[in-house]
Parts: sequence; structure tokens; C-alpha cells
Amino acid sequence: MHVSRRSLLGLAGASASALALGACGDGGSGKDGKTTVNWWHISNTDPMLSVWAALAKDFEAKHPDVTIKITPLENEAFKSKLTTVTQGGSPPDLFSTWGGGVLKQQVDAGLVKDLTADFTSLADTFTPLSTQPYRLDNKVYGVPFDLGMVGFWYNKELFGRAGIASPPDTWTGLLDAVRKLKAAGITPIALAGGDKWPGHYYWAYLAMRIGGLDVLKQAGADAKFDKPEFVAAGTKLKELVDLAPFQKGFLAATYGSPDGQAATMGNGAAAMELMGQWAPSVQNDTSTNKKGIGDKLGFFPFPAVEGGKGAVTEAFGGGNGFAVGRNAPPATIEFLKFLVQVDNQRKAAATGAVVPVVKGAEDAIKDPNIAAVQKTLAAATGFQLFLDQAYPPAVGQQVNDSVAELIAGKASPQQVVRAVTDAAHK
Amino acid sequence: MLLTSSADPDRVGTGPVRSDAVRRQRARRRRVRWPVLAFLVPALLLFGLLVLVPIILAAYTSLFKWNGFGGLPTNFVGLDNFRRLLTDPIFLADLWHGLILIVLSAAVQLPLALGLALLLNQRLRGRGVYRVLFFAPYVLSEVITAVLFTMVFSPNRGLANQVLRVFGAGDVGATWLADPSTVLYVVFLVMTWKYFGFHMILYLTGRQNIPAELTEAAAIDGAGDWQTFRHVTLPLLGPTIRVSLFLSVIGSIQLFDLVWVLTVGGPVHASETMAVTMFQYGFRRYEVGYASAISIAMFVISLVFALAYQRFVMRRDIEGALTTMGGGQR
Repeated sequence: MHVSRRSLLGLAGASASALALGACGDGGSGKDGKTTVNWWHISNTDPMLSVWAALAKDFEAKHPDVTIKITPLENEAFKSKLTTVTQGGSPPDLFSTWGGGVLKQQVDAGLVKDLTADFTSLADTFTPLSTQPYRLDNKVYGVPFDLGMVGFWYNKELFGRAGIASPPDTWTGLLDAVRKLKAAGITPIALAGGDKWPGHYYWAYLAMRIGGLDVLKQAGADAKFDKPEFVAAGTKLKELVDLAPFQKGFLAATYGSPDGQAATMGNGAAAMELMGQWAPSVQNDTSTNKKGIGDKLGFFPFPAVEGGKGAVTEAFGGGNGFAVGRNAPPATIEFLKFLVQVDNQRKAAATGAVVPVVKGAEDAIKDPNIAAVQKTLAAATGFQLFLDQAYPPAVGQQVNDSVAELIAGKASPQQVVRAVTDAAHK
Repeated sequence: MLLTSSADPDRVGTGPVRSDAVRRQRARRRRVRWPVLAFLVPALLLFGLLVLVPIILAAYTSLFKWNGFGGLPTNFVGLDNFRRLLTDPIFLADLWHGLILIVLSAAVQLPLALGLALLLNQRLRGRGVYRVLFFAPYVLSEVITAVLFTMVFSPNRGLANQVLRVFGAGDVGATWLADPSTVLYVVFLVMTWKYFGFHMILYLTGRQNIPAELTEAAAIDGAGDWQTFRHVTLPLLGPTIRVSLFLSVIGSIQLFDLVWVLTVGGPVHASETMAVTMFQYGFRRYEVGYASAISIAMFVISLVFALAYQRFVMRRDIEGALTTMGGGQR
């Protein structure tokens, strides 16, 4: 009896504790005249961890009455922790955001400060596409510090060995390349099927290339995804999946683990991956020799689909920015302005971990791969934010889930669009 | 009346004395009650705050469509979330996965633990070392266990695959974590690895509480090993087995950390449990109302099971152990 009753109560606690995780934010400004700015960011590893810390020190030196309290968090931990503190109604003063659907929910709940008045004068200092994810209903709710895009990262040596002269620029060309690589005994594509989000890049890009950017915007607005363009995207993706192009065990693979997508590329065990601008640095970090494949690595944009309405110059990706919590002291905005000064952007760009968004900072990029991304982005004619960020989280996650099912051969293209539409209506 | 009383002085004398004693006892009990309650207050407060309030809050939230941001929910939807549960293929699959894990635990994990416990109860060289070794996995945190096994079952460089390769069977598998049809059994394997030691210790303690006289008597009566086990050891281990089975079932229903780190419920939800689904909806999709409904469903399932199990299976173990205030004196 003793044992069972206790475990019963334990159970009750466990099932409810997810909702009981209390708010654990700190107060804003102290009474001793010193202002504290609580800053949560997700650069929990170097180089950016140190860069942010150094910039905060610089700012404190210039503003002795301000203390910047930094809380670096791992990406997923950040999401969970932010959810719990915002449930308590007290967001941090300054925190990471990717704009789009999640930011919109936070804005609707009145948790985020409207920055329109403070940043309109600075709007021209940013590259045009970069501020887009943070502009909601013609108001500014966040400030970018980097913007990147997704494209194919490929191993030039393996492409050469398979007899592929130049990177494919059409979907048919890509399928041909996959066939050639397979024939040469090379794993064509590395994919983190366990993480789901890397898979959604394919579906989203195909929908963009087939239907154009407007189709994706419209679908988000009227919550309808059961359109021929999205079905066609699924059908094209299935053509690729049917060639069995992915590495062994890809359905359980995660992106950053020692046997995951990035490591498979970094160890030269697969010929390409579809990934964002951070790919080269993660490949290097996760590869066995910690150096990746060096200058054998190349970048090409997602190919065009024959007969599609979308242009190859339209980019899909996302960036990192910061939002300001509703109770933040005024110094927060001063600090944010300081972070996006061109000199400070240069410091961030010099690390190779950030594609800068402030005009004039691009000359600090040393890494040729990052420079290639920056150049493609600068010439981009349109931009689509990651779907799991652009749409409300329930819809974005359903896209990830359903596309993962399609890739695993457990759902048809029609089932994918139906499930996503259903999720949008729940 | 008078006659009897004079003829039986004892009865006359004791009557009022006894009722007096009862009255005094009752009064003492009443007096005792207040200090007892006073001392219970901190515990009751904590219990209420950390257990009752969250349950009530979860139940309340489960009636709303709510994304979890800001204040309390406002969009009341009645029982819609629960209706959705009954048609959600992922949740229904969770129930199925839970059942498979429970049945496998009862059929494989617990007998294994029992067998090892009996084995380690024998005179055996290095018995203590074995006991520690078998119990060690239980001491590890679930997260560490799961990380360990993602490495073991890593498709290319994992230990499992290396071993298979040594035996010339490199292509047999070791992509079991990536295969929707096998992943749940890998989860079960890891669960077993982690928890059999715990159940083994339970059984070992239970076994050592069986007086040696009984097994000796059985031996003198000519019972063989199997007969002794079947007719002496097993029945006397009954209470321990029932508790162990109970813990195992509740553990399977609540399974989260291990699955979350090992597979995140994938591929394609093939290893998802109720708790994982709850987390996915609550913290990935921000459908906190629906996630609360899942947590309430989990709670009700566990509660019903726990009550039914105690009522029907563990009744004889707990008879007399159920105490009411002052009941022990009656």
C-alpha cells in the first residue's frame, strides 16, 4: 500500500508537472540606480558565445549604470524555458527570436515590445530581406543580426568521381546526379531523418520552385495546403526518395550527432546535404578529424523544377534576431542598437558563424563558403522563412512530421497536404 | 436486579469503570487529533501545491484551446480535446505501444529479474560483484542510458554493428533504431537493461525474507528444486512480485526520458509514448490545451489501473495495512 500510493501520487505529479514548471525570470531594474538587462541567447558554444560576452562587456564599459546578465541556452532548452516563463507572463528583457509564427504568438499575447519607433531610422542600415521575418502587421517586433539560406552543400571530389561535371540546376538534373552517384557506389545524400526539420527543406523548396512564393504565403494566410502545388511538391520529393539516396539508418539519424547528417558529410561519406549556412562549421565540428572536407566543399542553390513558377534566385532560410520583452528597461533598446552597429556586426561576421545583415559588414567574412551564401542572398529576388517558423508552431511541426512520414514511405503526397491543412484548422 | 448485583460484585464494579475508560480514550483521541493535523499542515500544503493544484490546473486547461502564452486560457472548447484524443492515430498508437511494453515487461523483464535473483541467492563465487553489476544500470540516469544506447545502436560506427561485423553479419542490421518496425523493441531492450536490476533487488530481498526452515522442510519432504520453487518460493514471493509488476506497469505508462533521448518517439511515431506525445504537443506545437488533455488521460489511465490493481490483485497483501484513525485499536 505504502509503495503503491506513493507512486500513484508521483504519477499525478509527473503528469501535471509539465504544466507546473513555474516562471523563473528575474526582475528588470534594481533599486540602486543600476539597470540589469536579462539577455537570453542561443549561441551557447564558441565562437559566438565569446563574441556576445565581449560585446556586452564593451557596452557595460560605456554605460556603467547598466549590467547585462547573459543566459546562453541550447536551442531546444531555450524554447522550453521561454515557453514556461512566458506562461508566467514575464519574458526576458532581450531574447533570441526567429520571427514568423512563434513571434506572432508572443506578440498576440502582448509579451513583446513594439520596436517600430526605435528602429525605423535604422531600417536602411540593414540588408532588405533580413528584417522581413520580424515585421508583423507593418510593425517591427525584432531586430536581425544574421540571415542565412538553405542550399545544397556538396563534395566536389565525390561528384567528380561519379562523373558529374557541374552541379545540377534542374530537379531532373539532381535526380540524374543521384543515380550517377549511386552507380559509383557513393551515398548521394546525407539526411537527419530523426530530426524531421532537415526533411522539410526539400518539400518547402519544391513547393517554392513549383508554385512560387505567393502560394506559400497564401497557404499560410488562409490555412489551406490542399493545393496542387503542394501535392506536386510531395510527388517530386517522392521521386527522389524512391531512388533511396540517403545514408544507412537515416530515419533515426540526427543532425549533429557523431553519426548524424553533418558528420556523414564532414567525414566524406555522402556527396551532398541540403542545409543552411551553418553547415560547413557543423561539418567541421562533428567530423572525426575536426576539419571536415575543407576546400572540397561547394555550394549550389536548390535547382529549378521544370515548368515551375518559382525562380532559382528565390531563397529559403531564416535568420537569428532579438526581440525585447514587454517589461524591459529602456537600456535594452540601447544595447540592441549597439549590437547591430556595423563594427560589431563585423566582429560577428569575422568568426564565420554569422552571415551579417548590416550593410558594409560583409567585407569581414573570411570563409569562402559563407561568402558564397552571402552573395547568393544579396542577389536573391525573394525570400521564404523556414516553414516551421513562418507558420504557427502547430502547422510548422505538422509539416515536419508529415514530410518525415512521406520520406519514410508512410504517407502519400495527398496525405501530407491533408494532415497539414487539418493541423491548421485545429 | 439487586440480587444479581450483590451476587456478582465484579460485574457491578467493572461496568462503569469500563465505559469510563472508553470515554477517556475517546477524549484522548479527540485531543490528539489537533496536534496531528497541525503537524500535517506543511506536508498537506506541499502536497496540495505540488500535486493537487497542478492536477486541477491541467484538468482545467484541458478544456481550452490554448497556445500557452500569457495569463490563463480563455478559448473554452469543452470536451473537444478529449474527443480529438479518441480519433488521434498518434495517441491511439501510444496506447498500443504502452500495452506492448507492459506485456513484454511482464513476460520477459520480470521473469529475467526473478531468475537472476534466485541465481544470485545461491552460493556463488563473486556473488556480491554480480549483484552490484546487475544493479548498476538502475543507478545511471535515464538520459545517460539513452545516450549510451544511441551510440551502441548508431547505424555505422555503433558497437552493435561492430560486434555483428565480427561475426560476419554486418549487414544484418544495427539500423534497428531507424526502422519503424523494430524501434519499439529496441526501446524495450534498453528499458530492460536499465530496470531488470531494480526488480532483481526487489526479488532478492523478498527471497531472503523467506525463512530457510521452509525450504529445508521442503527438501526433507523430498521436494526437488523445481517443486520447491513452484510450491514454496514462488507463493511466498507473491507480494513482492505483485508490487514489482505494479511498478513496472506504472513505469511503462509514464515512460518519457528514455524514449525522448533515444528516439524522440520516431521514426514516424513508431516508438512514441503518451508522455512523449504530450511533450510534443505542449512544447513543440504549443497546443497546451490538447497536451493537458493527454496528461489527464494518462493520469486517469494510471489511476484506474492503480485502484483496480490494489482492489483486485494486491488486496490480500494490503489487508490490515489499511489504517483509519484509531482503527488499530479496534
